[in-house]
Amino acid sequence: MDFGFSQEQELLRATARKFFENECASTFVRQRMEEDEGVTPQFWSKLAEQGWLGLVYPEEHGGTGLGFVDLTVLMEEMGRAVMPGPFLSTVLLGGLAILEAGSAGQKKDWLTRIASGEVKTTLALTEPNARWDAAGVTVTARAGKDGWVLNGTKLFVLDAHLADVVVVAARTTEGGRPEDGVSLFLVPRGAAGLAVTLLPTMDQTRKLCEVKLTDVRLPAAALLGARDGGWAPLARVLERATVALCAEMCGGAQKVLEMTTEYAKIRVAFGKPIGAYQGVKHKAADMLVDVENAKSLTYYAAWAVDENVPEAALAASMAKAYTSDAYRKVAGAGIQLHGGIGFTWEHDLHLYFKRAKSSEFTFGDATHHRERVAQLINL
Amino acid sequence: MDFSLTPDQEAFRERVRTWLAANIPAAWSRRAAGSEVPRPETYELGRRWQRTLHEAGFVGLTWPKEYGGQGLTLMEEMILHQEMALAKAPPVLNILGIGMGGPTIITYGTEAQKRRYPPKILSCEEIWCQGYSEPNSGSDLASLQTRAVKDGDHYVINGQKVWTSLAHIADWMMLLARTDPDAPRHKGITYFLLDMHSPGVTVKPLRQITGDPEFNEVFLDNVRVPESQILGGLNNGWQVGLTTLMYERLALGFGLQVRLRVALDALVDMARRVEKHGRAVTKDPVMRQKLAQLWIDTECLKYTGARGITRLLRGELPGPEASAGKMGWVETHQRLQELAMELQGPYAQLRGSDWAVDGGLWQYTFLRSRANSIEGGTTEVQKNIIGERVLGLPKG
Ligand SMILES: Cc1cc2nc3c(=O)[nH]c(=O)nc-3n(C[C@H](O)[C@H](O)[C@H](O)COP(=O)(O)OP(=O)(O)OC[C@H]3O[C@@H](n4cnc5c(N)ncnc54)[C@H](O)[C@@H]3O)c2cc1C
Repeated sequence: MDFGFSQEQELLRATARKFFENECASTFVRQRMEEDEGVTPQFWSKLAEQGWLGLVYPEEHGGTGLGFVDLTVLMEEMGRAVMPGPFLSTVLLGGLAILEAGSAGQKKDWLTRIASGEVKTTLALTEPNARWDAAGVTVTARAGKDGWVLNGTKLFVLDAHLADVVVVAARTTEGGRPEDGVSLFLVPRGAAGLAVTLLPTMDQTRKLCEVKLTDVRLPAAALLGARDGGWAPLARVLERATVALCAEMCGGAQKVLEMTTEYAKIRVAFGKPIGAYQGVKHKAADMLVDVENAKSLTYYAAWAVDENVPEAALAASMAKAYTSDAYRKVAGAGIQLHGGIGFTWEHDLHLYFKRAKSSEFTFGDATHHRERVAQLINL
Repeated sequence: MDFSLTPDQEAFRERVRTWLAANIPAAWSRRAAGSEVPRPETYELGRRWQRTLHEAGFVGLTWPKEYGGQGLTLMEEMILHQEMALAKAPPVLNILGIGMGGPTIITYGTEAQKRRYPPKILSCEEIWCQGYSEPNSGSDLASLQTRAVKDGDHYVINGQKVWTSLAHIADWMMLLARTDPDAPRHKGITYFLLDMHSPGVTVKPLRQITGDPEFNEVFLDNVRVPESQILGGLNNGWQVGLTTLMYERLALGFGLQVRLRVALDALVDMARRVEKHGRAVTKDPVMRQKLAQLWIDTECLKYTGARGITRLLRGELPGPEASAGKMGWVETHQRLQELAMELQGPYAQLRGSDWAVDGGLWQYTFLRSRANSIEGGTTEVQKNIIGERVLGLPKG
């Protein structure tokens, strides 16, 4: 057992930290918040040049072939920078879905171009019913003469407005177990009947869309993976994306802890630095415990998905349950310990606070994942 | 990063597992809930159990061979503790000697001390207690007042210790006493290895909220201790004592995570058997949330512990995760015990009779858990330490 990062991984961390400090300072983040795109072509190309868009894809598909423990390091640094843009949606949702479910041809068509930064993608899973399980998939795909017809509404879809292709989860068979009737489809940008609407979000670094499908006709080749066999690969994608998101959240929480401790050392009240008061010091200690525990669970989950151990699903849910609560609490405490300045638009804390909130609900909140844990341990 | 074991470690685990399956005392396996401290009625069992473990070579794994240990690494130690938890093995009796006394003597002792004491700690021939706290010195330990005055080649000790766990059965005490009252507080303290059978040592058991007399007052009246019983040098007791505390936290990290897991398994088992509003409590959505959170927090301690051990095995200093460990354990265990009461509903009031759940064992562990945030340094003091030493915040 060696439960720490390797020297290569520490090097990746150092490189990434420097990169984001230079390329993704908060001025950059704030500009992206004001715009619909949330990313610039230059920034996206630079991520591609670093090899980060294909970090976890196999080399044959233009990737670097690294694992989720490596990705964890990168995501922590992205979270530290509150990096905006469609990384999660393109690389870890749409892209991973194609990797998990796609045919050789579909992988060839898309993955290399995702890794090179040429195309963007996303996953349209959730609907107005706001469920993360298979039963939540009610968008229908009817088999037609020589293809499929999709109807329904997807909601909370990350970055669909940027996607060249949207992976849509749709119901192909009614009745039976909900898991057994879900299929995945590749819906290209501009398909007739596809309407993507960008929705204003509280966390402006994360762009969410409504995706309406009205008699969207797709060729038979648009089916991604097996008919009615979409849920298993999707579950794997969600598990992996969840772990990556947890890592991003840990990075953000760690940064909030650092900002807050630094401030507590210099801000003076009643003749002393506020960090000398136990009301402040103990809160900071609680923050540290939350951050370290979130990391422990996240690192384990990253290792578990890399190694495909049977416990991986449980590990991912444990990490997401804990990290959702931890980041929210840490970001809230960060604002509290900063006082008035922490409540301003000018200070960066709100970027983290809002990211904590959006991340909390992405892929299911703590309550959702605790119930999953309960099921997985056979309660 | 790798969470799996090497073939050698796997083999060790297999050996431990097989041995435990064959050797856990039958008298113990009937008990439902895990308790982290030996209780009076289990002292004899704990003593025999430790001897059996010792004869099989499963005590003092990381201690050097020449001092009675096995010369293995923290990894084997961790595996052993995990297996003991899985097998629901009873606690050993000499917990303070094994967890603190021995490692401190091995770090600071003279060759003669290292040969004399550690082997008998492991074999349970000599039980140790820790004489730090006094009526007027607990969290602020450096203010301790017990005096040691030189008289020829002896020191004469006068003073009082309190909350001294296991003193009533102890043969030796790790004693902190003031040898230089004029020096700054931290610089005038010396660490003695005190024979509890010396004339002038009086032990008065104190009844705890559990009803058990597990800790004591210890009165020291003109107790003569040979100079050779000083550990780690005159007036160096603060340094030596801190080492003890460090080992205590490390030992806590290992042993307690797995004990927590035992308790959690027992809790889940109990939850399946009790009903609330006409259905099993495990089917109650609120209770499911609470149980799942405990599961997560318990597992989390394992991974946090693994990060800490990895650092030590790599020869690095303990990182911030080490501080998270103890506090996390305390909070989780107390919440677990509170939930045990909540699940039982009105039955939680019963400590005995056929009506009591699991014969009233949970009522003891619940009460005992209140000490967790006090013993070995209070939670408030832990938070000061994290704030000041780990985060670098100014002193109050
Ligand atoms: C079951 C049990 C077993 C024990 N076994 C032993 C043993 O074997 N040997 C031994 O030497 N001791 C033992 N102790 C004693 C234990 O170490 C002390 O009780 C502990 O260190 C606290 O000291 P105190 O009781 O004097 O409380 P105090 O130090 O008086 O603390 C009282 C309260 O004030 C708070 N407080 C104190 N200082 C600060 C501060 N600076 N900032 C914020 N809050 C503060 C504390 O957190 C606590 O809540 C045991 C205690 C228990 C409960």
